[in-house]
Amino acid sequence: MSRLNMELPGLSMRNPIMPASGCFGFGKEYAKFYDLEKLGAIAIKAATVETRFGNPTPRVAETSSGMLNAIGLQNPGLESILANELVWLEQYEVPIIANIAGTKTEDYIEVAEKISKAKNVHAIELNISCPNVKEGGITFGTNPKIASDLTRLVKEVSSVPVYVKLSPNVTDIVEMAVAVEEAGADGLSMINTLLGMRIDIKKRRPVLANGFGGLSGPAIKPVAIRMIHQVSQAVSIPIIGMGGVSTAEDVIEFFLAGASCVAVGTANFVDPFVCPTIIEDLPRVLNELGVDHISELIGGSWK
Amino acid sequence: MILENMEICQQQPIASNVYELVLKGQELVNLASQGQFLHVKVSEGTDPLLRRPISIAKIDQDKGELTVIYRAGGRGTNMLALKQKGEVVSVLGPLGNGFSLEETSKGAIALLIGGGIGVPPLYELSLQLVKRGVKVVHVLGFAGSSDVFYEEKFMELGETYIATMDGSHGEKGTVIEIIDNKQLLFDTIYSCGPTPMLKAIETAFPDKKGFLSLEERMGCGIGACFACVCHVKDDPTKTAYKKICTDGPVFAIGEVEL
Ligand SMILES: Cc1cc2nc3c(=O)[nH]c(=O)nc-3n(C[C@H](O)[C@H](O)[C@H](O)COP(=O)(O)OP(=O)(O)OC[C@H]3O[C@@H](n4cnc5c(N)ncnc54)[C@H](O)[C@@H]3O)c2cc1C
Ligand SMILES: Cc1cc2nc3c(=O)[nH]c(=O)nc-3n(C[C@H](O)[C@H](O)[C@H](O)COP(=O)(O)O)c2cc1C
Ligand code: FES
Repeated sequence: MSRLNMELPGLSMRNPIMPASGCFGFGKEYAKFYDLEKLGAIAIKAATVETRFGNPTPRVAETSSGMLNAIGLQNPGLESILANELVWLEQYEVPIIANIAGTKTEDYIEVAEKISKAKNVHAIELNISCPNVKEGGITFGTNPKIASDLTRLVKEVSSVPVYVKLSPNVTDIVEMAVAVEEAGADGLSMINTLLGMRIDIKKRRPVLANGFGGLSGPAIKPVAIRMIHQVSQAVSIPIIGMGGVSTAEDVIEFFLAGASCVAVGTANFVDPFVCPTIIEDLPRVLNELGVDHISELIGGSWK
Repeated sequence: MILENMEICQQQPIASNVYELVLKGQELVNLASQGQFLHVKVSEGTDPLLRRPISIAKIDQDKGELTVIYRAGGRGTNMLALKQKGEVVSVLGPLGNGFSLEETSKGAIALLIGGGIGVPPLYELSLQLVKRGVKVVHVLGFAGSSDVFYEEKFMELGETYIATMDGSHGEKGTVIEIIDNKQLLFDTIYSCGPTPMLKAIETAFPDKKGFLSLEERMGCGIGACFACVCHVKDDPTKTAYKKICTDGPVFAIGEVEL
């Protein structure tokens, strides 16, 4: 496995594969299929201060090679995640990335401060795709000034490195990336879902109860590759790449674009074994490409 | 719950756009029980991407076979309908809690109410109830005569009434009307079908012990994605929830909001 190990701020990983936040719950379901210690890390579902039910159903809709979701950050809330989910995860020797969300700055700060002190949380992933209520619903992730202010404040209170998860729903992703790097981000996660919509032609109404949803799955992979390719050349912090990864070849493509590890999201729903399968398959692809260690590939498409 | 490649040993139309599909795969069959469902991958590639939830209609432990019945209506189920005997499909299952048999004791009467493509899971349930010495009465609702399936099979197990909306087969009207008209007596209700029908059942028999099987769009089918949640009744905070894929699809009457 030494061809796959990876050292990133806060994260010492036996391989560069982790499930993406929101696509793996808190690991319990997948632990019924395989040993979670096979994974490089686990990004757990977004934590908010309060218990959240989320949006009305239907919350998912299918698209060509992808899906839309409008889960609405349903989660049991910070206290319960600390007391139950994270404690349960302690039985596994695997670094946890705590994805955090909120609708106002104070919420993010409270969650970041408390969750970063949990024993097994090795990094925070700041989900800035949520609407900032104070700014009238504008997402934290679409305004470089708001995103960098939030990053700076979260960095101040966090006991572990902070990765900022960028939203692809912006005109200039490089500008966002540079802004949060300057504000002290230790790394980037990209990309979050792309805002999309489907309409039921018989009912003449949106398929999702919420109207819009976030597009994920293989359909968004080219967008993720492009954005990582651009951003990795403009920043010097590492990138956790994601968006449509479902095979070992996909992982290589993300590394060549500039990612230093990869998160697998929607593919877990299709095949619960997708993460361990990719991990097992990676050495084969490295052999085919004549590569000793996967890290040699980082940024290989532009270096 | 496991992931298994199951071989198609039979696929045939049994009503208008409705297919009976028999899948072979001993491991999964050994685990399955009445009212649970499968998450079926209808194509090998990424389009369509997600699996399709389909209820288990019959379990044959001896042959290692499972029967499902589905309506080919959308992209995925139309692709499934094209699959032939001998082909293999990836199946995740058995999923969900299924119908508990403990709730109806020997000698009691169970009323099984099915609506359209909600009828299939009631078949294995009926087989199991009969095996336990429960008397079963079936009331099955369909849109019209071309939609009706498994009428004889249900009749072999117990009294069976067919309701069609247009009156082209059986009695004209809704399943509730049939139950009223025939003054059917029963101890427990088991039902699966469209939500409006389940609501009508809940309204008509608020004091009866009963179980309803629900549907919702699913992502993972195993409880990880939070796509399929529903509200719990009597929850003023509106934050309590049940996941239909793992806490359900079967719930007691009055347990969750329909
Ligand atoms: C627990 C459960 C058991 C079911 N059992 C049966 C059964 O035994 N027989 C049967 O014919 N149908 C059953 N269904 C409904 C069946 O899953 C859908 O009809 C099917 O997924 C539609 O897929 P499609 O590709 O034809 O339609 P499309 O419209 O192309 O599907 C698009 C997306 O919507 C989803 N979807 C569409 N309709 C439904 C629905 N009613 N419920 C959940 N997801 C839906 C699909 O899974 C897919 O992700 C069941 C559903 C659930 C939740
Ligand atoms: C059902 C679902 C729920 C998600 N929930 C979260 C979340 O809570 N926090 C977050 O940062 N991203 C969330 N995401 C986004 C994923 O982590 C990931 O960035 C995105 O899906 C792209 O990867 P994929 O194409 O491999 O799924 C969610 C995605 C899906 C499909
Ligand atoms: S379908 Fe994913 S939680 Fe039920």
